[in-house]
Amino acid sequence: MNLVEHLPALQVVLPLLSAPLAVLLRHGGIAFAVVTAGAWAAFATAIGLWLQVGEVGVISYHIGSWAPPWGIEYRVDRLASFVLLLVAGTAAIVLPWSRASIEREIPRELHYLYYAMFGLCLAGLLGITITGDAFNIFVFLEISSLATYVLIALGRDRRALTAAYRYLIMGTIGATFYVIGVGFLYLMTGTLNLVDMAERLRDVESSRPVLVALAFITVGVSLKLALFPLHQWLPNAYTYAPSAVTAFLAATATKVSIYVLIRFWFSVFGETLIFERLPLPEILLLLSLAAMFAASFIAIFQDNLKRLFAYSSVGQIGYITLGMSFDSVSGLTAAIVHLFNHGIAKAAIFLLIGGLVLGLAKPGGAPPAPTFDRLAGLARRMPLTCFGIVIAGLSLIGVPGTAGFISKWYLILAAMEAGQFWLVGAILLSSLLAIAYVWRFVEVAYFRPAPEAAGRQEASLGLLLPAWLLVIATLWFGLDTSFSVGSAAEAARFLVKVGG
Amino acid sequence: MTALSLALAIPLLGAIGIALAGRRPNLREGVTLATAGLLFATVLRLLDPVLAGERPQLTLFEILPGLSIAFRIEPLGMLFGLVASGLWIVNSVYSIGYMRGNDEQHQTRFYVCFALSLAAALAIAFAANLLTLFLFYEALTLLTYPLVTHAGSDKARAGGRTYLAILMGTSILFLLPAVIYVWHVAGTTDFTAGGILPAGMDSGTLTLLLALFMFGIGKAALMPFHRWLPAAMVAPTPVSALLHAVAVVKAGVFSVVKVIVYVFGLDQLAGATDWLVAISGFTIVAASVVALNADNLKRRLAYSTVSQLSYVILAAAILAPLSIIGAALHIAAHAFGKITLFFAAGAIYTAAHKTEVSQLDGIGRRMPWTMVAFGIGALSMIGLPPAAGFISKWYLISGAMSQEAWAVVVVMLLSTLLSAAYFLPVLWRAFFRPLSAEAQQHCHGEAPLPMLLALTCTAAGTLALFFFPDAPLALARQLLPTP
Repeated sequence: MNLVEHLPALQVVLPLLSAPLAVLLRHGGIAFAVVTAGAWAAFATAIGLWLQVGEVGVISYHIGSWAPPWGIEYRVDRLASFVLLLVAGTAAIVLPWSRASIEREIPRELHYLYYAMFGLCLAGLLGITITGDAFNIFVFLEISSLATYVLIALGRDRRALTAAYRYLIMGTIGATFYVIGVGFLYLMTGTLNLVDMAERLRDVESSRPVLVALAFITVGVSLKLALFPLHQWLPNAYTYAPSAVTAFLAATATKVSIYVLIRFWFSVFGETLIFERLPLPEILLLLSLAAMFAASFIAIFQDNLKRLFAYSSVGQIGYITLGMSFDSVSGLTAAIVHLFNHGIAKAAIFLLIGGLVLGLAKPGGAPPAPTFDRLAGLARRMPLTCFGIVIAGLSLIGVPGTAGFISKWYLILAAMEAGQFWLVGAILLSSLLAIAYVWRFVEVAYFRPAPEAAGRQEASLGLLLPAWLLVIATLWFGLDTSFSVGSAAEAARFLVKVGG
Repeated sequence: MTALSLALAIPLLGAIGIALAGRRPNLREGVTLATAGLLFATVLRLLDPVLAGERPQLTLFEILPGLSIAFRIEPLGMLFGLVASGLWIVNSVYSIGYMRGNDEQHQTRFYVCFALSLAAALAIAFAANLLTLFLFYEALTLLTYPLVTHAGSDKARAGGRTYLAILMGTSILFLLPAVIYVWHVAGTTDFTAGGILPAGMDSGTLTLLLALFMFGIGKAALMPFHRWLPAAMVAPTPVSALLHAVAVVKAGVFSVVKVIVYVFGLDQLAGATDWLVAISGFTIVAASVVALNADNLKRRLAYSTVSQLSYVILAAAILAPLSIIGAALHIAAHAFGKITLFFAAGAIYTAAHKTEVSQLDGIGRRMPWTMVAFGIGALSMIGLPPAAGFISKWYLISGAMSQEAWAVVVVMLLSTLLSAAYFLPVLWRAFFRPLSAEAQQHCHGEAPLPMLLALTCTAAGTLALFFFPDAPLALARQLLPTP
């Protein structure tokens, strides 16, 4: 058996297997080792797939050797391999970090369940990305979502339960809408394979059931990706979930949903339908702008640092969807590259905040919420942690030299190419809001005097190292963009056919 | 390694050295001085090749397809680089006196940020394209922020907020779209003699683009985006002296001249700069009037800087070859004069703890050396011989006359009078008014020796630039396309 040939299957199977193993072994430490090994294996697989796509273009893998459209096809193109790398890479970094943080946040006897759920969530997200089958996406969507609800509910704060419950309701509506949409598509085309579906749709493109399917799928996925104003579940979920879970979800869950939307819009329904016959780009544009301004504005006034950056995520997702709305190579490049750039910056921030709250906790006690009054003068105590948050924050603003700048560059270029100069102004104005919320943290952490004189008490190396790895990545991908922009531009050129 | 890459690397390595030597102040200051000296020597080594027409280049890596972080030394950058790195040595000597004399906190952070700021300033000076310039322009803002807010007080925080809000706000709102637009229409952002914009752009677009650049380069302090400069005066005086009289503000006007000469090109802009002449003229006069009424010495100097910076913008906006030479010269001339003035202000603060002009009665008798240096700096600001400011003003006015821009000539004369009106009273108070009763009780002499040494050097430099203006003049001449 040639292992390389089966990389697509291994991508999902390895983390998927790690989850039940963790449950069977029932020991926190061993479960940690098993799931982390699974995540690292997934990361290695994702790298392998990324390289392979570079050689052969598109990889089509037939599960159980059943040829599509009858069997399930795993299909990896540039976009999919890029998202796989982001998801698996984040998991590979967050998991080792989470060990120390979970110790303090979750009762010991539940640790193995946490790791099992993490493995399932990872497997689900990877599955959504890699599969080329509409129903299979739904299955993985449910796997990852159910695992996510549990992970969020593990948070120490009792409000984590209501946050998880709320997400459960919204997420289930989203998934149901999605599966209804897929049902309609199956009705009209008789196939579930995405490539096959795209071909057959050409004949029935304007029929009412197809439009209904489009509406259901778009709204359902938009719920999962937290498109303004369907983001209501996100701030609480991010705020009350355990730190590691917040970091992982912020970098991956919404991003994978965006991937699904891009996939359906550009590969299945096609640009002619989406961008020429329907007013979808205009609607997406308006919602993105609303997200960029409203959510960033709300972020400025948050008192809890985690919630502040949760709202910032909603705003930043607005940039990604804005990029999608242009239907141009530059626009889609901006969207895809920002999906990656924002993912790593936000993961870094939430990991660092996780280290920060652990530092705030009393010995042996539970970490408190990172409210601003607790953060006063913290830069003295935890200089590396605070400085990391500032650098990743600069990426959210889009300062040159950070990854966020690259996204902004392409987004503005796309707006200029489309002749929409007022949009350039809007994009830039909204980044000023990011300065406001990032600098709120700077002023509190660096200037407000600490309530009690405390010496230097930096987070442990195990907490700092993974987070700083991501911080350095945000700087790296702000200067050397051959990987990030290279992948995104290639994916965008592949997807955008009109006028491209 | 080439001299160019060395010039960029030395301050960075210096910053690391300073951080490592943080626990031993004498060694740390030794590292600062050695770095500054080495840097100036390296930059100086580049002068002759550049004068001979060479253009050393360094391309680091591609940040975006077709867009690299790249450096290329042309005459104007050479001039700015020389001024910034040369004055850093003097400023470091001064800093040691000031920081120790005033028992400032966090001195290691101060020196590290200072070295990094210098690295950013040199990277701006040698930038080969707009993207590189923009990258280090923003870096300079962020690196100087900890210096501005050094005191950590509420006032420092408020000043820092204004500083950051205006500089970051203008650069993101106006400069960034301008840079991207140039890339969008020209397909390149490399600085090229004669400009890079495609011929035949309509004048409306051209004016708008120019406006985006001029207001986007907030460091040039064109009104109404000048408020950050007085706000930045909460910083320790060495910061105000080197950064807010030399490196940061000069990076601003340097970028202005660079954009006008190398992105637009003088021919392309003909007729599109009238509004810029008007606004910079207004800034010159208005800032002088504010300076006239400012009692705080550093505030008065800050508004004088705002006014003097607009000289450079005005000179560039006239688009006459002679005035472009004036603009380049004024970058150097103003640097020497204004750093002397700030050094003097800091010396007065350290020795006598005085910050207001109205407190300076008779101080010339206690600190004659400092006040004479102040006088030389003031002469240069007013534009009188034998100080460097005279030469740049001469070129500036000749340029205005060659274009028959009489309004500009009037503005220049008016501002000369105003500068005299806000500087001469300071000297009059210092030398001719009797010491106040309160000051007679408080006995003090001159400031610590390192500070005195520094301000003497820069005052001498201000005079020397008048008598030996050959090197800067030769560099400035090379800015113009040879006929």
